[in-house]
Formats: sequence, C-alpha cells, structure tokens
Amino acid sequence: MTRDEIKDVILEIIEEIDEEADFDNLDADAPLRDQLDLDSMDFLDIVMELRKRYQLQIPEDEYPELATLTSCVNYLEPKLKDA
Amino acid sequence: MTDLSDSQRIVITGVGLVAPGASSLEEYRQNLLAGKSGVGTIDLRYMGPHPAGICKFDETRYRKKRENKRGTRAGCTAVYCANEALQDAGITFDEYDKSRTGVYLGLTEHGTVETENEVYNIGQFENNVDYWTHHHNPRTVLNNPAGEITMNLGITGPHYSIGAACAAGNAALIQGIQMLRLGEVDLALCGGFSECTGSFGIFASFKAQGALAEHEDPTKASRPFDNARNGIVISDGGCIFTLERLDKALARNAKIYGELVGYAMNSDAKDFVLPHGPRQKECMEAALAKAGMSPEDITIVNTHATGTKQGDGEECRAVGELFNSCTNTWINNTKSAIGHAMGAAGVLELAGNLPSFTDNMVHPTINIEELDPACDLRGLVINEAREVPQVNAILNNSFGMLGINSVVIVKRFMAN
Repeated sequence: MTRDEIKDVILEIIEEIDEEADFDNLDADAPLRDQLDLDSMDFLDIVMELRKRYQLQIPEDEYPELATLTSCVNYLEPKLKDA
Repeated sequence: MTDLSDSQRIVITGVGLVAPGASSLEEYRQNLLAGKSGVGTIDLRYMGPHPAGICKFDETRYRKKRENKRGTRAGCTAVYCANEALQDAGITFDEYDKSRTGVYLGLTEHGTVETENEVYNIGQFENNVDYWTHHHNPRTVLNNPAGEITMNLGITGPHYSIGAACAAGNAALIQGIQMLRLGEVDLALCGGFSECTGSFGIFASFKAQGALAEHEDPTKASRPFDNARNGIVISDGGCIFTLERLDKALARNAKIYGELVGYAMNSDAKDFVLPHGPRQKECMEAALAKAGMSPEDITIVNTHATGTKQGDGEECRAVGELFNSCTNTWINNTKSAIGHAMGAAGVLELAGNLPSFTDNMVHPTINIEELDPACDLRGLVINEAREVPQVNAILNNSFGMLGINSVVIVKRFMAN
C-alpha cells in the first residue's frame, strides 16, 4: 500500500467508528485524539480493525506510534507494503 | 395502604416504551384495543425463520449512532425509553436532583446476545481470541442497560439491574417503590428490557424444551388460553416508568397514571422451569393483603400466561380460585398481541393496561379460536376489547423460571 492508501484506510476506519468525524481541518502531525472525538475504546477499535483487515498484531507498547495520522502512516508503511 | 402519608404513597407519572409494533404508549394502546398483533418473523442464525416480536423505534432520537454501536441493543432501547418517560412525566431535573435519582431495571438475562455474537465473530478467525472484542465486558456486565441510561442522562444516583427471569419488570418496580419509601432516592426510573430476539440460543432452548411457538401466520403464533397453543413467541422491548412520591408529584402538578398500592414476590421452591399455581395464588393474595384489597376490588387481572400448555393452566387455576366469584373483574393477556418480552414483560403488560383508568376499556386476549376449557375463566376478555363502567385497580402477574413469582397492583389515583 502507498502512504496515501494507508492514510485513507485509517480515516475510513475512524469514519466507521464515528460517521460524524470531521477531517476537514485535521492536522496530520497532531494527536488524533485531541482533534477527533475518540477515546481509548475507540483507539482499540482501530487496532482491532487493522488486525481483522491485515492480520496485523500491534504490540501494546507500540500503540503510541498510532498517535497522529502521520505517525500511523510511518509506522504502518513497512508493515503494509505488500498488502 | 390507604393510611399511608403522601410521602409514602408511590405514583406512576411517566411512561416510555418500545413494544413490538409500537414506540409510544398511545400507539401501543391503540394496537392492543384493536386486537392488532405486533408479532412478525425473524430470520435466526442457524435456525431460519421463526415468529418473534421485533421492535422499531427512532434509535438516534436521544443519542448518536456511534454510541448505539458501542453499547447494546438493550442499552439503546433503555436510553430511548428513559428519555421518553421523563418527557412524558415533564421532568427536566429542575425538580429532582440527579444524584437522588435511581435507575432500577429488570432483566431476564443479559449478555447472551453479545456473547453469541463474539463467539460467531472469532469463528471467522479460526477461534483466535485476539479477535475477541474489548467491548465484550462493558456490554455484558449486568448493569449495562441501566448504566447506559445514567451515562446518557448524567444521572449520578444508584443504577443496577434486578435479575428475576420473566418476573424482572415487576421486580424492578417493587425495588423502586421500596427505595422511594426508604428515602434512598427521590425519583426512580423503573422498568425492564429484552434484547432476546438477538440470541438464537434462547429460541433454541425453548425449542428443545418443546415450548417455542410455531404458526404459519406469525401474528397468530402467540395464543395463550387457546386449545392449539404450542409455546412462547420471543420478543424484544422495553418500558420505563417514572415513580415519584405522591407529595412531590402533587406539588409539581404531575399527571398521575395510577398509584402502586400492592406488591408481592415469592418462590415456588420446586422446579427449574415448571410453574406452580398454588404459589402464584399465594403471591396474588399477598399483594392484595399489602394493598388492603380483596379480589372483588380488582377490575383487571393481567395474566402472565405465555402460551405454554402447563403454564397457562397453572395460572388459570390460581386466578380462577381467587377471582371466579368476582362479577366485576375482567381477565386479559397482553402477550397474545406482543409475544413474551421477557424482562420487559411485566412492565410492558402493565403499561398496556394503564390507560384503562382513563378510557375504561379492557384490551382483549387475541388469537383465541377455540378456548381451552382449563382456561375458561369468568371475565376473560376474548378477541374484542370490552368497555366497563370504571377501572379501579389492575393486578399484574409476572412469573419466571426457577419459580419466581411477582404481582403488582396499581390503583386508580384518588387524593386523600
């Protein structure tokens, strides 16, 4: 997957959690949870959805890598390069 | 009961409900008086089509779709009913403190649906439990539906569930009465809920027991007292009543549906599933005694009968022994129109009869083509609603597995 495709997947998963999520003014380098109405349970939903879609096992100590949209893409790019 | 001070008299001031075929008391009452069934067909996982009472309502009227996705079906229904009941009662929490408000909900079971869904889900992933959802525990804790109400409304008083099989709705009402009388809370949201149609296992268990209703026309499948009855129609639904002390209700000029004057609960202490009429009769007698009433004072007996051979017969014998000599007592059954709403049954069935105090009508027991002689009770209102001069009191039966019996008596409200 390309970086743009990974970004789209993340936004798509967030939209599935909250269909009212507003991405218009999203700062890709700022924490997602500060900008969107997401809590820890929603965050676990993102992790679970990545597991279901791509069989990705993300260790708990690496969850901080998913803090911002950019860090998500950076972290997932090598893992999803063949997806 | 009549000697109680107004601060010990408990009244119903608001109703919010979801029933098969209705999402308001008005719509529900119209259906019941018209003898219109709310039962349809559900296509069950592993089991295919079966008669069931499915509910439709505006699920996003009081909270967002994302909250409904996170919570449970029972929680979603509970939030709707709680908001509707408060609105109906005209309570905005200017009158009551949220920390002095209690939420008491009756449940037959909870978590079965969510557990079945997760077992199915991990089955798609070779039963790898890494795919088991983190939402499982908060969805399946027994206080879930009541807790979802408190989160939605910001109620900080106590909330919990009463597990009482199919007597649960009445049991929650009784809990509310007691907590108000003890002064533990000032406002009680009491009711019961069922999300049972989401569980194939509940259907399959009744089927294995030979107690799951079948009929080619689902609207005729629920037929207590009929000779050809062949079991229970499982339904979803929920109902919440706002309960207040009379003095406070009068002070705020609240609409009063009726006064909760009598109640009782007891146990058969006999069998896991088979009901026991003599104990049911004792339960009715205990509720009448608490109310200071005799059988002749009851205008409507709303039966629990679910459409099983043995259960209907047991209850009819008990009701007959108490009420067959009463010339102004009428008997009906609400499950014939909506099926068995499990934890919601007691409260939904009471709600369906509460408007009798104002319209003086007794809704009928429908789907009786050939009355079982063992159920031929004096005053049984069959297939057509009956107008009566005045409804003074309603006795509501609700019984459940493991031999749990509950009776609640509501009286037409009269000020001292």
